[in-house]
Amino acid sequence: MKKVMSLLLAGTMALSLCACGGGGAAESKAPEGAQSAAPAASGDKVVRIGVFEPSTGDSGPGGKQEMLGMQYAKEETPTVEIGGETYTVELVPADNGSDSAKAPTAAAELVSQDVSLVLGSYGSGVSIAGGPVFDEAGLAAIGVTCTNPGVTAGNDYYFRICFLDPFQGTVLANFAKDKFSAQKAYLLGEVGNDYDQGLLTYFEQAFGGEVVKDSFPTNTADFSTYLNKAVAEGCDVIFCPVSIAYSTQIVKLAADMGLEIPILGSDTLDSNKVLEAAAGSGVQLYVSTFYQEGGSPKFDDGIKAWLASDSTAMTNNGGNDTIAAVTAMGYDAYYVALEALKAAGSTDPAAVKAALPGVTYTGVSGAIAFDEQGDAVRDTAYIKTADTANNTWVLETTQKV
Amino acid sequence: MQFALSIFLSGISLGGQYALIAIGYTLVYGILRLINFAHGDVFMVAGLLMVYLSAFLGSFLSPGAAIGVGLILVLALTVALGFAIERAAYKPLRSAPRMSVMISAIGVSYLLQNFATYITGGLPQTYPALPLLSNNVIIGGVSTKVVTVVTPFLVAVLVIALTQLINHTKVGMAMRAVAKDFETSQLMGIKINNVISMTFVIGSALAAVGSMLYFTNYPSIVPLSGSLPGLRAFVAAVFGGIGSIPGAVVGAFIVGMSESIIKGSPFSIFSDAFTFALLIVILVVKPTGLFGEKVTDKV
Amino acid sequence: MISEKKSKRGVFLALVCVCVLLALTIVLENTLDPIKNTILFTVLKKGAVYALVACSMNLLNGFTGLFSLGQAGFMLLGAYTYAILTIPVDQKAAVYYLFGGSAVGFSLPDLFGGADSPVGLILGVVLALILGGVVAAGVAWLIGLPVLRLKSDYLAIATLGFAEIIRAVFQWEKLGPVTNGANALKNFPTFTSFNVKDASGAVVLRLSTFVAFLIAAICIAVILLLINSSYGRAFKAIREDEVAAEAMGINLAKHKRLSFCISSFFAGVGGGMFAMFANQAQAKTFTTAMTYEILLIVVIGGIGSISGSCIASFLYVAASEWWLRFLDSETQLTSIFGFQLAKPFKVPLLRNGFRMVVFSIIIMIVVLFFRRGLMGDKELPDLLRKRRTAKKKGGGDRG
Repeated sequence: MKKVMSLLLAGTMALSLCACGGGGAAESKAPEGAQSAAPAASGDKVVRIGVFEPSTGDSGPGGKQEMLGMQYAKEETPTVEIGGETYTVELVPADNGSDSAKAPTAAAELVSQDVSLVLGSYGSGVSIAGGPVFDEAGLAAIGVTCTNPGVTAGNDYYFRICFLDPFQGTVLANFAKDKFSAQKAYLLGEVGNDYDQGLLTYFEQAFGGEVVKDSFPTNTADFSTYLNKAVAEGCDVIFCPVSIAYSTQIVKLAADMGLEIPILGSDTLDSNKVLEAAAGSGVQLYVSTFYQEGGSPKFDDGIKAWLASDSTAMTNNGGNDTIAAVTAMGYDAYYVALEALKAAGSTDPAAVKAALPGVTYTGVSGAIAFDEQGDAVRDTAYIKTADTANNTWVLETTQKV
Repeated sequence: MQFALSIFLSGISLGGQYALIAIGYTLVYGILRLINFAHGDVFMVAGLLMVYLSAFLGSFLSPGAAIGVGLILVLALTVALGFAIERAAYKPLRSAPRMSVMISAIGVSYLLQNFATYITGGLPQTYPALPLLSNNVIIGGVSTKVVTVVTPFLVAVLVIALTQLINHTKVGMAMRAVAKDFETSQLMGIKINNVISMTFVIGSALAAVGSMLYFTNYPSIVPLSGSLPGLRAFVAAVFGGIGSIPGAVVGAFIVGMSESIIKGSPFSIFSDAFTFALLIVILVVKPTGLFGEKVTDKV
Repeated sequence: MISEKKSKRGVFLALVCVCVLLALTIVLENTLDPIKNTILFTVLKKGAVYALVACSMNLLNGFTGLFSLGQAGFMLLGAYTYAILTIPVDQKAAVYYLFGGSAVGFSLPDLFGGADSPVGLILGVVLALILGGVVAAGVAWLIGLPVLRLKSDYLAIATLGFAEIIRAVFQWEKLGPVTNGANALKNFPTFTSFNVKDASGAVVLRLSTFVAFLIAAICIAVILLLINSSYGRAFKAIREDEVAAEAMGINLAKHKRLSFCISSFFAGVGGGMFAMFANQAQAKTFTTAMTYEILLIVVIGGIGSISGSCIASFLYVAASEWWLRFLDSETQLTSIFGFQLAKPFKVPLLRNGFRMVVFSIIIMIVVLFFRRGLMGDKELPDLLRKRRTAKKKGGGDRG
């Protein structure tokens, strides 16, 4: 009897899950249709854009901020003119969980959802893992802020609109030398994180001076020994291109212990969570980034109004309306996608892919064009510093290498 | 010199915080022979509770009162959580093989982490600053927080209180009896379930206190915040001899200190690996740990 | 329980099932729309990989009674060995760009005529997978020397520790020219490399899922043969009662070591396959969380049931990464069962992260209320023999 029971159990479980899955797919499609019902008056055609972003895991906060830019852009421009017809844009998200083991299934999910192209992801590791799935399916992907060279190298279908790590690392190293006449730098990154370690290496190469390099294990919370080591070694700058969760800890600790060494960070540190951690202290914090608030007042005002009207979006932005560079990049990525669709004149992924290399667009973060590798031609990074008294970012300089 | 002092201070405070978690592991293991994998996550949940409670209470109480009431509520709720986990996830499996209970513990840990991700949306939460404890002090030129200095003393007080409880009260006697021999003590009329619940209550309460100290020092909480301190505390418990409270405390300080020293050395990448290497060496060379009792295998 | 005499019929039936299934994967992959069903085949491939790893864990945990939590570490060894040995020589500079090329100057597929020729591809991949397993087994042998003397949960925590140590070593920058440090290894042959292409580069025959299933099926078949051999009976005796087993003349140390090494061998092969599935090998993927995932699959399938582990791994992967995904998106219903609602109804609770909450609750329910898992310690043929009338649901998942 028991055996029959367990067999039945297996069967029902499989069936119910199937039903669940099937029903769910239908459900989640229905509402999106419903959401687009209002603007659909101008045309019933829908073009689907995949959003390949982490919303959980350690890159979750960044992924959400990046998605905000796309959501706002869609709010602003919900339709696109393709081949003389008006299409309603629909964003199809898939959470890759900041985990390269889960990225291929998330990417496959998007491929199955019939999207015309894909935007994302925040974080290079998941982009590298998901890339071959897009490549295999002949679906073009536009990386928004994945800065590792490995994303587009050897993958014809991956493009990106941001600068690369070799560039960013060099910019920051030069900045450290120019601004602080730094002779000795303390480099800190997460163990086994390709983003952190890649930037550290490029920084080290460009810096030329003496460096002390440390790596901390995943989920570390106690950074006091590391910062004290930087002090003890007499380093002139600290470079820590780590994810938001760690950088808030590091900056908060630096603020508490009254650290006098300037901290340099990469685009990940450009987050209002990090800014908050530094608030009211004497920490000198400099980050390189893609966009500086004030670069496009129209965009700034618009998105701030949108954030104020949407409490979920506000929470995802970290509880206030400081605009992260990744949000601006997400916004630009959406428009690049629309340009590509227009240029292709069709929603067919192959046509979109063929059109993408020729697309140029001037967004809020600057002019975007692709080179033969699929990388954006960019030669400028914004370096901004935290104004800890007023809790805002201030543009320090723009730097070309 | 200053650097050495800072390593020492960081090691001491880490050790104290690990000790409070390690006691929870060691008590539960002593009685149920169960590695309570969810313990580290209970610790994390205690931290999150404080974040949300202080924000919630802050809306109608003065900031000081909100923190005070919040701390008490966190203690109560964490205890309730520990109790509930035992009743829901471990008690039904009392007669099952040990492996099933351990798997259930892993399941609870998974659930708590996923639930925390859902609630926080994966965003790091900032722990509220506790009055006095969060203030900075300068010791020998090294800036640190008051909590760093307070931790070892608080741990000492709690451990003394706990050993008193275990050695001189009826509950404590029952706990010792159950740890010695589960079945016989049951035959002697000890209400096993009450004793086990008590163990979880004490463990969770200490984890709550530990979370207050830990997150005051490292104020950013993510859903995985509990896993690393949890594992380290477990290593500490094994190191000191699992089942022994003084052992857990000594083990925790050794683990905390060695972690700090490794971080200060050029081999910081191996700070995790070192903890585990230490564990394996201890297990192989002296499986009963520093203070553990020799357990004979029952055939 | 001890005497598990399999009727020839049951074995034959299983064999037929597996063959039918393998044929089915080829047919399905070539007839269904490859774009619309990408998710199906991705899940199937991942399921096949996890099935193999879960079976290897089951061999150790379920059949020998050794509670080990080092599976992810052995997978890592297999994945890295596979990747390091199969990255084409002309790709090495691009992959190891931070270290100026690899210290390993050859590539197995290239030795046999390159990854583009069928011989080079098949020989290279198979050999690299086997070597991945061998490396994992070798390391397991070394680890086993001290660790296998430990009992139950101490063994679990020690193996978990070793997995973490292995991970830290592979992430060490000083080993970069071999392991590529923190960066992922990529550009090696994957499952999709097995798709047959014509001269113009268009795919004429899709074999990627078939290959994944074939390798997994062969390995699982070997595990099954082992379990049904005299060694397998010795393993089970150790599980039931170590002291009694020793009294019966079973060499405990030898058999435990054997089980540990064989399990690690297949975990290593599984790791190599995982790298093929994920298109990359990166140490930070192989965390304790991955071991827990596999452990949960074993538990859901039934500790001590190979077919249970196979079925459970497909269910687990599909449920967590496909079927439940709708729980992650906020949903507004405009109609329920055909009835139009006056106002769109926002389904409560649905938002990011809810999928994993629901999923972990399902797991807890299984762990608490269906303690023996889907199959207990029975295999599919056992069930079928007793009750032929029962529909052979899930039989197809075998492999």
